[in-house]
Amino acid sequence: MSAPTTTRTAPAEPRVAALTPISWKLPIALTVLGLVALVFFGIVPAGGHHTTFRISTASDAFQISPVAVPSTATALVLSIVALALAGLSWWAAAGRRRLGVWLPAVFGVLWVLAFLCWAGAGKTIPLTGLLSGALFLSVPLVFGSMSGILCERVGIINIAIEGQLLGGAFLAAVVASLSGSPYLGLVAAPIAGALVGVLLVVFAVRYWVDQIIVGVVLNVLVIGVTNYLFSTVLTNNVGTWNRRTPLPVLAVPGLSEIPVIGPVLFRQTLLVYLLYVAVVILQIYLFRSRWGLRLRAVGEHPKAADTVGINVNRTRIRNTILGGAVAGLGGAFFTVGAGLAFGREMTGGKGYIALAAMILGRWNPIGALFAALLFGFSDNLQTTLGIVGTPIPSQIMLMTPYVVTIFAVAGLVGRVRAPASEGIPYTK
Amino acid sequence: MKLELRGITKVFGSLVANDHIDLVIEPGEIHALLGENGAGKSTLMNVLYGLYDPDGGEILVDDEPVTFAGPGDAMAAGIGMVHQHFMLVPVFTVAENVALGHEPVRGGGLIDARKARTLVREISDRFGFEVDPGALVEDLPVGVQQRVEIIKALSRDARVLILDEPTAVLTPQETDELIAIMRQLKEAGTSIVFITHKLREVRAVADRITVIRRGKVVGTADPSAPETELASLMVGRSVSLGVEKAPAEAGDATFQVRGLTVMDSVGNAVVDDVDLDVRRGEILVVAGVQGNGQTELTEAILGLVQPVAGTIVLDGRNLVGGGVAKALEAGIGYVPEDRSTDGIIGTFSVEENLVLDLFHSPPFSRGGALDKAAIRANADRRIVEFDVRTQAVTAMAGTLSGGNQQKVVLAREMSRPLRLFIASQPTRGLDVGSIEFVHKRIVEERDNGTPVIIVSTELDEVLALGDRIAVMYRGRVVGVVPGDTDRDVLGLMMAGVPLEEAVAQAAEHHTVLGEADIEAEEEPE
Amino acid sequence: MSDEPTTEARRPGQPVLESKVDEVGRGVLREILESSWVVTLFAVVAALVLGAILIAAADQHVQTTAGYFFARPSDFFNALGSAVGNAYSALFQGAVVNFHGTTFARVIRPITETMTVSTPLIFAGLGIGIGFRAGLFNIGAQGQIILGAILGGWVGFTFHLPVGLHLLLAVVGAAVGGAVWASIAGVLKATTGANEVIVTIMLNNVAVYLIGYLLTTPMLQAPGVNNPISPPTPPSAQYPLLLGSQFRLHLGFVLALLAAVVVWWLMERSTLGLRFRAVGANPHAARTAGMSVAWVTVWVMAIAGALSGLAGSAQVLGTETSGLTAGVAASFGFDAITVALLGRSKPLGTVLAGLLFGGLRAGGFAMQARTGTPIDIVLVVQSFIVLFIAAPPLVRAIFRLPTPGGPTRAQRRAQKRAARAAAQPVTEEVQA
Repeated sequence: MSAPTTTRTAPAEPRVAALTPISWKLPIALTVLGLVALVFFGIVPAGGHHTTFRISTASDAFQISPVAVPSTATALVLSIVALALAGLSWWAAAGRRRLGVWLPAVFGVLWVLAFLCWAGAGKTIPLTGLLSGALFLSVPLVFGSMSGILCERVGIINIAIEGQLLGGAFLAAVVASLSGSPYLGLVAAPIAGALVGVLLVVFAVRYWVDQIIVGVVLNVLVIGVTNYLFSTVLTNNVGTWNRRTPLPVLAVPGLSEIPVIGPVLFRQTLLVYLLYVAVVILQIYLFRSRWGLRLRAVGEHPKAADTVGINVNRTRIRNTILGGAVAGLGGAFFTVGAGLAFGREMTGGKGYIALAAMILGRWNPIGALFAALLFGFSDNLQTTLGIVGTPIPSQIMLMTPYVVTIFAVAGLVGRVRAPASEGIPYTK
Repeated sequence: MKLELRGITKVFGSLVANDHIDLVIEPGEIHALLGENGAGKSTLMNVLYGLYDPDGGEILVDDEPVTFAGPGDAMAAGIGMVHQHFMLVPVFTVAENVALGHEPVRGGGLIDARKARTLVREISDRFGFEVDPGALVEDLPVGVQQRVEIIKALSRDARVLILDEPTAVLTPQETDELIAIMRQLKEAGTSIVFITHKLREVRAVADRITVIRRGKVVGTADPSAPETELASLMVGRSVSLGVEKAPAEAGDATFQVRGLTVMDSVGNAVVDDVDLDVRRGEILVVAGVQGNGQTELTEAILGLVQPVAGTIVLDGRNLVGGGVAKALEAGIGYVPEDRSTDGIIGTFSVEENLVLDLFHSPPFSRGGALDKAAIRANADRRIVEFDVRTQAVTAMAGTLSGGNQQKVVLAREMSRPLRLFIASQPTRGLDVGSIEFVHKRIVEERDNGTPVIIVSTELDEVLALGDRIAVMYRGRVVGVVPGDTDRDVLGLMMAGVPLEEAVAQAAEHHTVLGEADIEAEEEPE
Repeated sequence: MSDEPTTEARRPGQPVLESKVDEVGRGVLREILESSWVVTLFAVVAALVLGAILIAAADQHVQTTAGYFFARPSDFFNALGSAVGNAYSALFQGAVVNFHGTTFARVIRPITETMTVSTPLIFAGLGIGIGFRAGLFNIGAQGQIILGAILGGWVGFTFHLPVGLHLLLAVVGAAVGGAVWASIAGVLKATTGANEVIVTIMLNNVAVYLIGYLLTTPMLQAPGVNNPISPPTPPSAQYPLLLGSQFRLHLGFVLALLAAVVVWWLMERSTLGLRFRAVGANPHAARTAGMSVAWVTVWVMAIAGALSGLAGSAQVLGTETSGLTAGVAASFGFDAITVALLGRSKPLGTVLAGLLFGGLRAGGFAMQARTGTPIDIVLVVQSFIVLFIAAPPLVRAIFRLPTPGGPTRAQRRAQKRAARAAAQPVTEEVQA
């Protein structure tokens, strides 16, 4: 090189993190929750009751006998351990140390177990049933949040997940009923979701309509169309158009015999197995493949993508439609997946919960999976406790996931970063 | 590769951005495209790069006509472009950014990450760039990001490289390094189109110069042509290159900053223990490469960001913790760096924009109700006073040109008695006429006895306006020097070199631009 | 596209004779066609057409005649016409005037029903509109209506107060209920940056379960009743009926119109409104101009919530006074979003949009009763209207309307020619 090389002396490295304000949110939240558990599950309730956890299902090869534990004592121990974890988080926060997500995760498990000890005092809690039901109920949430991830990562806000689920549920029911094959329903469901995706992306990309508005309106539209067809065509001839055609449960040989895990994970319908595949593929391909790299580039910095020859709008259109199809497939859960006939507005706001799961999971497939499972768990817990009989009104239980989401978005999960260009139409 | 543009025409609505432009880039030459802001240089290059469809004319590569449907086609034809605003995805690594669009893949569509990294390392080593392929782009300084952009173009075998205002973000020393890279590329046979409005750089590096004004080619020039000639060609009339101002008659230091420290969201000190004094009737210019804490400094003074330590005292009152409304009340006039996002509301009318921080006080409102007549009267007066070119005071501010938007902001901020005036990058993106107007108003404000702080990354502007110059580097003030300090000394200080050391180093060797300065001084006017 | 061949045929440079006449004659028409009101009108027409297709598709008579369409197409078109015609005629008569009414009251009852139904839509639509203009997506009107109804209803049936004061307190209670509920989202957004879309959606769900729960507790549940229903609202806390006991139309409607006027003044003529609009249009510039975005966020949500709360009062203190149930908000909260969108977030537009959607809903019930066409078709029409409104270029493309501010056809042609002429010499040079 002919030019003189200049000496560049940096006088000092910038000071890092010396004066960052410490975030006490997590320690405070954990401590409060821990104390609640300690007082209300461990100290206040009268002792002498036992909580029984049933671990095996009737059809398991290896039977494990149910575990009965003293309710208050166990809750006491669990909440003390949880409080110890809270203490650890104080220590970490004070020293600006990062502990990762395991701490709140383990805390959560301990807290829920303490809660179960209290709520199930003198009763039996079917643990396996609780977990497999949780996975079952989280199916539409997982598919919905994967759809959300696909769309938002490419820069399109997908509020229409609810409509895509509902459309999928409807078409799956109709096709399965007409053909008599639930699997054909499974094929049809993504088509309905993709159609909603087409509308979303056309209005967003072609007409630059605000994506939140389109999403909200599309949800109303799908409710209107499915309700209308339900009360005309479907109701006029239920036997032909809206028969129950449940997907059969397929047990994976061998794996399904493993205690607890087997019945929970491997005694499910094809839809659930597709869910595993979808999450794994998305996690790998979003971050390691050409398709994923381009998709994310379009969502983060569309102009940069354009300047290297990537067609921004085409990428957005294709992936939003794909996202719609994924949500549509999730919609099949409500009818063929759950073995029910189609009913009016049967998705009941699950699309919005899926959206929340996506945000809690920080636009990350695995993260969203766990967030969705959490919602599914709390949903199923409410049902299970409803059957077992609990001290808490069902409405309060039903409210919990929503309240949890509010707290979570309000910052307990830390600052989340959405794809930089989501919601902004691309123009040159 | 020979590249030729014939009769390129591009029309946006009623604006003819490019009007029958002819341009020939010979193989292995550095061709400067000189023109002031808004002359149509970038539009032309975006046409060449396939981002815009031309409304007329054609592009020839090695004498063969070609059409580009998009940047992909342009790249395939061997054209690479380093945009003024880098086209890098901040959350991607260097390797991912370079690979994007032509990713090496293994089976199943998965990216061959090792191959992508090797490619970056290869090119980086060839030119001595020292770029880590695994680093996240958002963590890199702008100079390095620019190299990533060059690597990106070279990795696609670009034989014509377009550099759009590449020196805007660099110190003179970094500019020297860039010039060295350009020469190295030229020797390797790459043609370079160098877009700029800076006369000195053009003369230092170009083989040929084409000057564009108002969308038309107005002439070609030799690099040896005198600066004044290039300037008048570029602007269309003779221009004075400096700012006419009398020596400052500085009064008391009514504005003082002590120990000011501001943190960003992840806990880095972006403004680090800064002390500043500004006296009545002087202009203090804060110089530095973009992103060294100048923005945050002015934002902290206005109260937009909360400092974690330090005091900001105006007329004996500490402003820290008071917020923006209090700072404005104390008499601060503030022209933000990015006028279109922070200075005006594009969908509001000009008259509303002219009272954006005044509407809540008399005469513009009474008892919570707006006085539309008073707002209108104010607007009528201001657009005359500041020569704002607009169809009506009710026109949306977003429809004005950049220069007129800036005049709206200036008119608003200067329309009340000021105790301190702050302007960040007051002339960025403006045409020469507007620049002259803005500079004149700033000097007038100084002469009224107002302490003035100007933040600028353009050394020309720094030297033209500053009575004193504070150089910032990584959030710290490296030194405060007189307004007539040597360009090379400032450049070294902008890279963090303390004053004495900078003076010593600058004496040893001059940068290309520093040499030009000396020449210009020796040249008879 | 149809004018392409003529343009192609004309040689460049040939004068265009018709263009001058063209310009003057079509100027006025063009101005009318470019206005947003025309787009709105055509959007409604397009949506009604799409609705008609659905009505026809689900009609059994139409389906049968379609089976032998090629044999006797007239049957099909007759069936089509009567299916759609009957449904829409019933819709119209249920929304505006009933031609078959035997008394005057019966003839005009539909329009009063429309006003009654539109009352909560206007209230909540106004609030959502303020949010939109301040850059906030308040999806939570549903929950805010519920909370307004809870508090308004509770004040109504719990206290025994003099006429006038009782109603006033109940109305204030409803407004406060909605405002507090909405403020949760406002405060969270202002302090932690929590996305208001997600938070308000979640609050909607919480509100549904909250009212469900409260209706099982002594606070709301009527004594001695097993159903989840509250005691009826006493007359002293009811909005007075405007047209006597034959009609349901009550003072709430007038209050809604009044609210529209107040909102207009607030947004267009007050300093507060300027702040709201500034933050909505460009929060960065608003901050730089000394406004507090957080403060505006909290206030906008509170005011929007108060208006939604008033929508709740229109129900519990006006239209449905027989006792509060969990279904008090129906789908008003979501419909109000479409009302605000259709009304372009402006007060007058919101009132008109509220009346339109109120009419669709009121007429929809009549249609369902008369022709058996499910009222859900109204939802479809409603959402199509909003989709079309949101995309004026689409409506213009469908009906071939001119683009506002865009070049006229003649100008476009001239421009094309100019560009071609510009390219011409070069091409010739190359060919040579």
